[in-house]
Amino acid sequence: MRYGYYPGCSLTGTARPYEVSTKAIAGPLGLTFEEVEDWNCCGATEYMSLNKTAAYALVARNLALAAGEDKPKDLVAPCSLCYLNLRKTNHYMAKYKSLGKMTNQALAAGGLHYTPGSLNVRHLIDVIVNDVGYEALGARVTRPLTGLRVAPYYGCLLVRPDLNGGSFDDTEYPTHLDRLMETLGAEVVDFPLKTHCCGGHMTQISAETAYELIRRLLHNAAEYRADLLVTLCPMCQFNLDAYQTQVNRHLGTDFHLPILYFTQMIGLAMGMEPKALAIGQEIVSAASVLRKIGTAVEVEEAPQTRRKRDDKSLPMPRIREG
Amino acid sequence: MTEKVGVYICHCGTNIAGPVDVEEVARWAKENLDGVVLARDYRFMCSSLGQELIQEDIKNEGLTRVVVAACSPHLHEKTFRTACSKIGLNPYLTQMASIREQVSWVTEDRAAATHKAKMMVAGAVRRVQLQEELQPTEVPVNPNTLVVGGGIAGIQAALELADAGHKVFMVEREPSIGGHMAQFDKTFPTLDCAACILTPKMSDVGLHENIELLSYAEVDSLSGFVGNFDVRVRKKARYIDEDACTGCGICIEKCPKKVVDEVFEAGLGYRKAVYRPFPQAIPKFPVIDRDTCIYFERGTCKACEKFCPTEAIDFEQTDTYLDLNVGNVIMATGYDLFDCGKIPQYGYGRLANVFTSLEFERLCNAAGPTEGHILLRDGVTEPQSVGIIHCVGSRDKQHHAYCSAVCCMSALKFGHLVMEKTGAEVYSFYIDMRPLHKNYEEFYDRLLQEGMHFIRGRVAEVTDAARLPGEDGKLIIQAEDTLIGKQRRIPVDMVILLGALQPRFDAKETGLKFGVSAGLDGWFTERHPKLDPVATMTDGVFIAGTCQGPKDIPDSVAQGAAAAARVQGMISKGTVLIEPIVATIEEARCSGCRICNTLCPFNAIEYLEDKAVSYINPALCKGCGTCVAACPAQAISGAHFTNDQIFAEMEGLLYDVIGSNGATVKSPQPALEPA
Amino acid sequence: MSRSLGNKDDAFLNEVIEATPGGEALVTCLQCGTCGGSCPSGPDMDHTPRQLFQMINAGMRQEVLQSNAPWYCVTCYYCMTRCPKQIPITDLMYTLKRMAVRAKLYDDSDAPDWSSSFIGFVESYGRSFEFGLATRYHLTHSPLRKVGVGPMGLEMIVKDRMPLRPERIKGIDQLRTILDTAKSLEGV
Repeated sequence: MRYGYYPGCSLTGTARPYEVSTKAIAGPLGLTFEEVEDWNCCGATEYMSLNKTAAYALVARNLALAAGEDKPKDLVAPCSLCYLNLRKTNHYMAKYKSLGKMTNQALAAGGLHYTPGSLNVRHLIDVIVNDVGYEALGARVTRPLTGLRVAPYYGCLLVRPDLNGGSFDDTEYPTHLDRLMETLGAEVVDFPLKTHCCGGHMTQISAETAYELIRRLLHNAAEYRADLLVTLCPMCQFNLDAYQTQVNRHLGTDFHLPILYFTQMIGLAMGMEPKALAIGQEIVSAASVLRKIGTAVEVEEAPQTRRKRDDKSLPMPRIREG
Repeated sequence: MTEKVGVYICHCGTNIAGPVDVEEVARWAKENLDGVVLARDYRFMCSSLGQELIQEDIKNEGLTRVVVAACSPHLHEKTFRTACSKIGLNPYLTQMASIREQVSWVTEDRAAATHKAKMMVAGAVRRVQLQEELQPTEVPVNPNTLVVGGGIAGIQAALELADAGHKVFMVEREPSIGGHMAQFDKTFPTLDCAACILTPKMSDVGLHENIELLSYAEVDSLSGFVGNFDVRVRKKARYIDEDACTGCGICIEKCPKKVVDEVFEAGLGYRKAVYRPFPQAIPKFPVIDRDTCIYFERGTCKACEKFCPTEAIDFEQTDTYLDLNVGNVIMATGYDLFDCGKIPQYGYGRLANVFTSLEFERLCNAAGPTEGHILLRDGVTEPQSVGIIHCVGSRDKQHHAYCSAVCCMSALKFGHLVMEKTGAEVYSFYIDMRPLHKNYEEFYDRLLQEGMHFIRGRVAEVTDAARLPGEDGKLIIQAEDTLIGKQRRIPVDMVILLGALQPRFDAKETGLKFGVSAGLDGWFTERHPKLDPVATMTDGVFIAGTCQGPKDIPDSVAQGAAAAARVQGMISKGTVLIEPIVATIEEARCSGCRICNTLCPFNAIEYLEDKAVSYINPALCKGCGTCVAACPAQAISGAHFTNDQIFAEMEGLLYDVIGSNGATVKSPQPALEPA
Repeated sequence: MSRSLGNKDDAFLNEVIEATPGGEALVTCLQCGTCGGSCPSGPDMDHTPRQLFQMINAGMRQEVLQSNAPWYCVTCYYCMTRCPKQIPITDLMYTLKRMAVRAKLYDDSDAPDWSSSFIGFVESYGRSFEFGLATRYHLTHSPLRKVGVGPMGLEMIVKDRMPLRPERIKGIDQLRTILDTAKSLEGV
C-alpha cells in the first residue's frame, strides 16, 4: 500500500519519537510512505491568525506538491494539526469557490496548481485501523500489552471539525484508538476526556490557562487508574509530557503519567525493542510502567449475565449501532 | 378566433399593484392580444364585487372565455370557476395567470415585473381559447372509515365517527391501542393522570359497536380513490386464539422468559415473551413475541400452553390478511422519540443516570418498573438533584431544525414531579421557554414559585469527569448561563434528556402507501398549513396528530376531531365530484404496448386483454400527465392539458419572440419599453 | 437585503461575514450558548463567543476587536462541531484575530506576537523552528517564566527532541512568492 507522506515540522523535532516509531512499524505492516518533496510548514494554528488567503496558500503548496498522476492519491499526515490544515484546505477550496480561486492564483505565482479534492487527506491512525485493519494488526501481536491500563487520548483535531460529515470517527466519542489498544492486548479505560483540549498553543500564550487544561486530563486519567496516556498528536504529546513537571510544580500536584504515541505501542506489541521506537525520549519516563508488559495479571470474573433475584437495577439503554 | 375573452388583472391590494403596473398590463392585453374584447384591473378580484364584475361582463358582453391574472390557482381557481359557472359559463373555460406568486412576489424591478405579467397574461389568453367544456363525475362515498394508528389522535377520530353512527376500522401496529399517551404518567398543565383520562376512551374504542379494532396489525396496501378505497390489512400472528382467550393472564405469569421491554417500558423495564404491554391494554389479549419465545427459539417449553385454562394458545397461527372497503382514511401514525445516543456529549447509553423523557415517564408512572418511585439506574437511590436538558435533537440543524413543541412543558411537568416526589433540586437548561397555549404560562409561573431553577443556555456536555470540589461521583452539566455570560458546571445525580419528536422510522414508506407526501423534515404534509390542516393532497386521506408535526395532547385531540368532522362531511353529502381533468386513451391508436400501465403512479391504467388496449379508470386518474408524455403512439391525451393547449400557452409566454398570431415575426412589438 | 432594513449599522457584521468562509450562518445565531459552554478556555474570556456575536450584530467594533476571547481560542473546534446552527465559530475567531491585529486594537501583545514570531520562522525557512521560537519569543515576552520553562527546554535538547539549527526548504523563494501573492490578493 503506497501513500503520500507529510511528516510536518513537529516530527522532525519535538515529535521525533513519533516519526521513528511510525517508520519502524510501517514496513512490517506493509505500508510504503513516499514523503512529499520539499514540503513546508502547515502554519499550525498561527498563520491563520494573521493572514487568511496566505494561510490557505501555505497549506495548498503542500497539496500541490503531493498531487500528481504518478503519485499516491492518499496523503497521510501523522500530526493531527497538519492533518486538519491539509484536510480543511482541501475541503474549503472546493466548498468556497472564491477562496479556492484566490488560493490557486497565489499558487500560480509559484508555478503550482491544486485541484481541490484530488487528494484524500488521511490521518495515520485512519490508515492503520482501516487499511491494515484490526485483524491483520492483531495477527502481528507477539507481545500483548496485557496488564497495561491505557487511557486513549484523541485530542481535538483528529475528529473535529466535522467538515460535512467527513470526520474519521465520532466527533465527541471516537472509539478507534480504544479498539486499537484492545487489539494490542491493553486494558483500555473509558476515558471521558478523550477528545478534550490539551491546551494547544496556550502553553505559549497563557500558561495558567494551559496548565489547568493539562491538569484536568492528567487528573481524570489518574482517577481512572491509567498507567499511561496514548496519543496520536505531537502537540498533545508535547503539552502533556513536557509540561507535566510545570503543572505539578505550579498546581501542587504529583502526576507521573507517561505519554506515548500509539505507533510506539504498536511497535511494542509487535515485539520491537523500545529503543527502536524511540521510547526513552519522553520527558516523563515510561520505563517503570512498561515493566508491566508480559507480567501475568488476574483475569477479572466474567460479567454476570443473569439478573440476581434482589437486583433492583434498571436496564441500561441499548445503543443502536451505526 | 371566434372566442370573446375577458381579462381581469387583480391588484391584490398592493401585493401585485406595487411591483406591477396593472393598468398598463390591462391596456396592453386589450390592444395586443387576439380575442380579448375587454380587459380590466380591479383592487380585489376575489371579493364578491370582483366576482360580480366578471359575471356582469359575461352577461352583458357575451364573454365566452375568462382570464383572471391574480394569485396562484391553488388559492382562488375554485372561486372564479364557481363565479363563472353560476352565470352559466362552464367552469373549465376560465384560466388563471399567477402574477402574484410567480411575478410580483419574486420580481423587484417594476418594469421587468410588468413585462413578465404581460407575458403570463398572453399565455393564459392564448390557452383559454382552446379550452373545452368539461363535466365532473359524481361517485358515491362508502360511509366506512379507516383510522390508522390507535394513539390519542386516532382514538379521538374513531370515537367521533363511531358515535355519529359510522363504521370505523382501527388498525394499530402494537398489541394494544393507547400510543405514547398510555406511557405517560401525568399530563401538563393540569397534572391529570394520563391513564385516568385515556383508559376510559380506550375501553370505549374496545367496546364500541361501530368500531372494529384490528390490533397487532398493519395496513398492507391501499388502492382506489376518494369514497371508494380498497384496503388490505395484515393481522400479525398473535399465537393466541382471540375467541378463546379470556385475558386471564396465566400465560404471562407462567412464561419463564423475561426480556427488556423496548417499546412500552422504553427499555427501562422487563416483560415476558408472552405479554400484554400494560394492565389496561385494549384489547386484553396477550401476544407471543416470536423473536424471544423459548419455544420458537428451541422447540420446547410451551409453558403457556400447558397452563392456559381455555386452550387459547396456538403456535401454528400465521399472519392473516383482511380486505376492507372504506370511503375515507384518517392517518394518525404518531411519532418516534429521537435517538438521544446521537448526541454523545450528553452521555446517554454511557452514563447510567442519563435518562430520556420517555424513560422518565415510565420511572414516574405508578405502573412502571419502579412503581412510580423516581430512582437512579441502580433502582435504589433517590436523586438529590436532577438536571433537565431541553432541545435534545430539536432546533439543531445537525438533527432536526424544528422545535419539538412539547419539551418546555414536559420539563415543567417533570420538574414538578421530581420536586413533589423526592424534594430534589431541579435545574432546567433551555434555549427559549415556549409555554404557548392556554394555562401554560401560568404553569411556568407555578414552577418558578415552586423553586425549580432555570438556566438559559443549551447544554455543552454532561460528564462524569469531576474537576471541582463537590463534583465527585456526580454527573456534571456544563453550559454557558447566557443571562450571566459565564460558564457554569452544575453537579447533579440524574439527567433527563428531552429528546425531539421525530417522524416514525417508516414514515416514508407509509406516506408512499397512502399517497401522502412529507416535508423535508419527514412530517406528513397537510393540504394547506393554515386553512386545511388535516386534509392532504390525496382526496379522502386525512392526517391527525403528531404524524403531521410535533404537537401535544390537546392539539392531537383537536386534529383527531377535525379529521373526523371532515370525514363526516363527506359521508353526509354521500357523493363526491371527481375532477374531469383526466387522461383518455384513443383505442384506435393504442398498440397495447403497456408502457403506460407501469408508469402510472396511481395504478389507474389497466390492460384490456379482450381488446388488447390499455384503459384509464377516470376515477383513479389524477390527470398528472405521465402517461400522456410516455405514450410512444401519442394515443393518450389529457383533458384540460392537451398538446394544443400547452403549446398555445407557451406561444403566449413567448409573445416577444413570436408575436400575437403564433407565427414568428421579424420585428415583434417590444412589450418592454427600454428604460 | 432584508437585514439592512431598519436603522442598524451592519457594516461591521458584513465585514466579519465577508472575511470568513461560511460566515453567512452568523446571522442565524440562536444565542443558545453552546459555544461558550463548550469552550475549554471560556472562563478566561472577557466575553463568551455568543456575546461577541451579539456585539457584532450591534456593531460594537471597538469592544469586539479589543476582546481577549479570540486570543484564548485553543482551536479545539468543540463550539463549531456542536453549534446547532452550524456557524463556523472557530473560523470567526480567526477572522476577529486578523481584524484586531490590522486595527491594532488588541492591547495584550503576547498572543499576536507569538503568532508573528511563528510566522516569521515559517516565512524565513519554510518550516517552523521550535528552538528559535522558544528563545526569541520567551526572551522578549516573559523572561521570568523562563525560570520554570528553561530546564524543560534543556531536557528536550538532551532527549534529542529540539534541533538547534533550523532547516530551510529548497523552494523557499517559490513559497515566499506564493505567500506574497496571496497577501496582495487579499489586499493586505
